Amino acid sequence: MSLQALTYLVVGASFALYIAIALRTRASSTGDFYVAGGGVHPIANGMATAADWMSAASFISMAGLIAFLGYDGSVYLMGWTGGYVLLALLLAPYLRKFGKFTVPDFIGDRYDSSAARLVAVLCLIFVSFTYVAGQMRGVGIVFSRFLEVDLGLGLVIGMAIVFFYAVLGGMKGITYTQVAQYCVLITAYTVPAVFIALQVTGVPLPQLAFGATLPGETVTVLEKLDAVVTDLGFRAYTEGAKSTLDVFCVTAALMAGTAGLPHVIVRFFTVPRVSDARRSAFWALAFIAVLYTTAPAVGALARLNLHETLQPGPLADPAGSLSYAERPAWMKTWEATGLLRFEDKNGDGRIQYYGDRNPAFTAQADAYGWQGNELTVDPDILVLANPEIAGLPDWVIALIAAGGIAAALSTAAGLLLVISSAVSHDLLRRTWMPKLTDRQELRAGRLAAAGAILLAGYLGYNPPGFVAQVVAFAFGLAAASLFPALLLGIFSLRMNAAGAIAGMLTGLLFTLGYILAFKGVFMAPLFPNTADHWLLGISPEGIGAVGMVLNFVVALTVSALTPPPSAETQALVESLRIPRGAGHAQDH
Amino acid sequence: MTQPSHRAYWRAHLKLIASCLALWFLASFGGGIVLRDALDQFRMLGVPAGFWFAQQGAIWVFLAVLAYYGWASHRLDQRFDVDDD
Repeated sequence: MSLQALTYLVVGASFALYIAIALRTRASSTGDFYVAGGGVHPIANGMATAADWMSAASFISMAGLIAFLGYDGSVYLMGWTGGYVLLALLLAPYLRKFGKFTVPDFIGDRYDSSAARLVAVLCLIFVSFTYVAGQMRGVGIVFSRFLEVDLGLGLVIGMAIVFFYAVLGGMKGITYTQVAQYCVLITAYTVPAVFIALQVTGVPLPQLAFGATLPGETVTVLEKLDAVVTDLGFRAYTEGAKSTLDVFCVTAALMAGTAGLPHVIVRFFTVPRVSDARRSAFWALAFIAVLYTTAPAVGALARLNLHETLQPGPLADPAGSLSYAERPAWMKTWEATGLLRFEDKNGDGRIQYYGDRNPAFTAQADAYGWQGNELTVDPDILVLANPEIAGLPDWVIALIAAGGIAAALSTAAGLLLVISSAVSHDLLRRTWMPKLTDRQELRAGRLAAAGAILLAGYLGYNPPGFVAQVVAFAFGLAAASLFPALLLGIFSLRMNAAGAIAGMLTGLLFTLGYILAFKGVFMAPLFPNTADHWLLGISPEGIGAVGMVLNFVVALTVSALTPPPSAETQALVESLRIPRGAGHAQDH
Repeated sequence: MTQPSHRAYWRAHLKLIASCLALWFLASFGGGIVLRDALDQFRMLGVPAGFWFAQQGAIWVFLAVLAYYGWASHRLDQRFDVDDD
């Protein structure tokens, strides 16, 4: 069977599975639609959370980013997993005890303020939309590369599938399809990783292959990689370019941002009890760790593979670089997508791939007759091309396509649900139309989900120039705005609406302002985006950590100077801290 | 709700959370970032230890912290008779 037919078969079978699950899990009440009736087993919820969380970025981009960033890529590994510790220890069990449907619900009720609720809805919609556009884009790329359909048609197919189970099944349908999607995506990720680990090191487990000694040599994978890349003028793999303070801040912003993301938090509203929320966070992290501990090994092995393919001989030998005419088939397919580009600068018909921005290497490159780096590799292709680079069987390549689509669809569905519930529940039912019946609210929720899918598809097809930039900053914004407001709402009896709103606005505006000043969305940047211009050398990616500290300071100061919250509110906070007596998540 | 036993439960629970957060902080911000260079003279499964903490070890420690917290917090709930079983 051809690769094309096999890919259609595997992807088609995964879609059939999602649709079959959706048909069996239709939502019949708002409780089903928002929180899956509150009866999801903690292990199933952990799996669904893992699929919800691991997006097209985790599946497609992360290992590639690490491959090219080396040590600096650690911020993603620690940041996107460490957030679950904050979530489990500081937020999820208490928000589950609160027992309502949405994150703005908590902010609005805890601070007894519709202004606070609206600020939270705004933060939520902004963060979620930038994310979801990125997912639809990922679906489009996978479709156009593996199924060779047009990007627009790929998007329409993806939208139709999500529409089917998110609109019909709500949280209930999404939860059980996410469980299936986790199984698909983790198989698709680990199978090629095991093959590649075996090929390169002879050790099947990627986590151990990471530190293994290369067969027939005395050096380990990382030592060899450091030697290979520094010989070519690149920075050593195990060294970073970022300052220690910047790594610290970026990691902190990613962790707190993860814990403050509404689509992750609401997953913990679906389990029956408070203790299940804690247990479920453990399972979620365990399922996520399978991919996150595999990714650094995939990154290192893929980088080594890439250099050995492109530079099979010694540097000083003109025939040591790969001849363009003899390049492997996978390079040709990826050149067609534009994500891999070759430009023969010295006209020798061979590919010289090296660090041409390293002044210490220039003299050496000149002596070889090299006139600049000739290959541009988009980090996004590494995971997708890995099975082809390693020459794995066709069914593994087909599996990667199904896995990438599963990762993107599961995250998109989770995000669409929090957007639609923010509209139908927080804006309509709780703010503008309190007389809405349960059935009307359910219908409004479905309509909002359908509208959000159409808008997300549009954004995926016509991404505004700034989407890619903004996605990375959504974490900093969540860390500087929502995270402190949620945390203080639980751990401080004294925190009041004035303090929370002042804190959220300070954190949001400071972080947004700093990012805009350096990145210049909608306008020219005010300052060049380099370390000498940054505040204490902290990059815009890490500034959310500073924004978060400012939020805490302002919130605590303002609340100390204004009257404490009512006795009723304080009693509500005290009840959150006691696990006993959590009913199912409910309406008001 | 302002029962003295509930206050005592909350204080004990805060202590548990603080000790778990200390481990979380040590593994990531400590081992993987601030103490990285000092740890790199040792090896962990063939990888310089600081680099290993940043790309593998921190995640395993996070997982161990959550396993311990799930077990210890439930035991605490039972001791103060506030569990949800």
